[in-house]
Amino acid sequence: MSFSWRRVRAILRKELRDYRRNRFVIGTMAAVPVLFIILPTIQLIAANATNKALTLRIGLSLLYMLVIPVTMPSVVCAYAVVGEREQGTLEPVLSTPVRREEFLIAKALAAFVPTLVIAYAVFGIFLAIAALFAHPVIVSAIFMGSHVLVQFLFTPLLAGWAIWVGIAVSTRSTDVRVAQQLSVLGSLPPLVIVALMSLNVISESTALAIGLAAALLAFDLLAWRVVAAMFDRERLVIGGRG
Amino acid sequence: MEVRPPLVDPEATARSGSAEPTTVTEQVKVPVGPGPDGSRPDAALAVEHLTKRFGDRVAFDDVSFKVGYGEVFGFLGPNGAGKTTTVRTLGTLIAPSSGSASVAGIPLSAKNGSAIRSRISMMPESPGLYVRLTVTENLQCFAGLYDLDDVPGRIGRALRAVNLEDRARDLCGSLSKGLRQRVALARALLNDPAVLFLDEPTSGLDPVATREVHELISSLREQGVTIFLTTHRLEEAERLCDRVAILNTTLRLIGRPDELRQQLFRRSLDVRLRAPLGDPGDVLGAVPEIERWEQTPSGYALIVPDPDLAAPAVARALVRAGADVLSIAESHHSLEDVYLELVNEDVEAKAR
Repeated sequence: MSFSWRRVRAILRKELRDYRRNRFVIGTMAAVPVLFIILPTIQLIAANATNKALTLRIGLSLLYMLVIPVTMPSVVCAYAVVGEREQGTLEPVLSTPVRREEFLIAKALAAFVPTLVIAYAVFGIFLAIAALFAHPVIVSAIFMGSHVLVQFLFTPLLAGWAIWVGIAVSTRSTDVRVAQQLSVLGSLPPLVIVALMSLNVISESTALAIGLAAALLAFDLLAWRVVAAMFDRERLVIGGRG
Repeated sequence: MEVRPPLVDPEATARSGSAEPTTVTEQVKVPVGPGPDGSRPDAALAVEHLTKRFGDRVAFDDVSFKVGYGEVFGFLGPNGAGKTTTVRTLGTLIAPSSGSASVAGIPLSAKNGSAIRSRISMMPESPGLYVRLTVTENLQCFAGLYDLDDVPGRIGRALRAVNLEDRARDLCGSLSKGLRQRVALARALLNDPAVLFLDEPTSGLDPVATREVHELISSLREQGVTIFLTTHRLEEAERLCDRVAILNTTLRLIGRPDELRQQLFRRSLDVRLRAPLGDPGDVLGAVPEIERWEQTPSGYALIVPDPDLAAPAVARALVRAGADVLSIAESHHSLEDVYLELVNEDVEAKAR
């Protein structure tokens, strides 16, 4: 049997319906962006153009934006497998013709799509607020090509990494809370590189941004292969006894 | 039942304790219907020497049986006997350690997993529903996973089959356990499975809900669905199943419930008297139709080759001896007796 996008859509649709009625997921999806837009916005509006630490402030503000695609999917994806197991739905799902690739891609898309929408929306709101209320010098610094490029490139790539880490942890966990804590921790390392760029510790350039993005893309693809290999129907059903 | 152990056919129990399961399939015509291609007659399930080990622990060992299309096959056994693991193995969720099988006419192998799963349905003990989704949304999800056409029509038919049309828009989390079980059954019917695996379908249900599930299984049997029913409820197996198998890591017994009873227990008469006989040896020993007898709390248990022939002779002998006869009836052993006999035997064997 070949790969079926219909089966992917079935899980994706189910996940999105489930999110809509899950207070925890709605809470996470609402609270994280609100938290990460208030602080940087206040910081920028309060800053003046002569502030010596202006570059650092802008870097820090933009870094907040990138915490969204890291934390949000890792929290949601940590639930992907262990959550299904806890509510007893994993075995019925695995008893259908669904292939592991279909299951994993559906679970990943269910976290990826809302994350991307929310992260870009928050960044857009941040840019709009900055353009309207911040000092023109700050605005031009924020709208500098590489800043925007870093946001657009790294948002999906960091989300991808966080998603695969979250699902990997979820396939091996027996407890949702532990899975969430571990997956948030595991999703942070790539953020360090981006942080070093945003804070100008590593000299920021378009070439460097693209190079690091390519490396992160390679890690994402590798992570997908690793997670697919870890997804063992038998072990998931018997709960690790095998 | 106090008289049960002495009445057990020692030859039958000896056979059942051997490595080979006692089987009456040779005497029973396995119902055979159309195969997966619509024409080829074949068994819905054919299992040959299937074994599953988890490290050193043996879940089930050297299990062989066949189930015909349209048959309701009961799979019994104590906790930890390997029933659920067998079902999961046949459902391609677990890989067997050795042996072979074909499920719905497709050889059991890793590469055929998806194809087999598309032709079967499995209903685990726990309904496993998405509680924040409605009944219809749950079924839509699974219809998508089976890649089915005419989804609304199939959902409507499945809900009608379990009598749940009026609850289609309810959140599954708001349903009682019995209703959830029915939703799970509707889900299992969505893909018109060639083989339907039901693992303890009435576990935790009240008597009314249990009866509804039984009625549904009976109606599915009438529609020709092959059902592999795992249960602890022996009266359920006796009532619903064409044949049963008793598993206790190895397959101990397989056959029709009445044949299992006959095979494991000698035919006997239960005699109830107002007062015990003064010298039962003289009275009962003089009746040639009685092979063996023993006293029970309410009278006597008589092992006889033919109860119809022996009963009148016994009655005459008792009346001659001046006994007040309350009743003479053939002993009836339930499937539970058969089951307990085998399980007790295994416990004793382990203790030795």
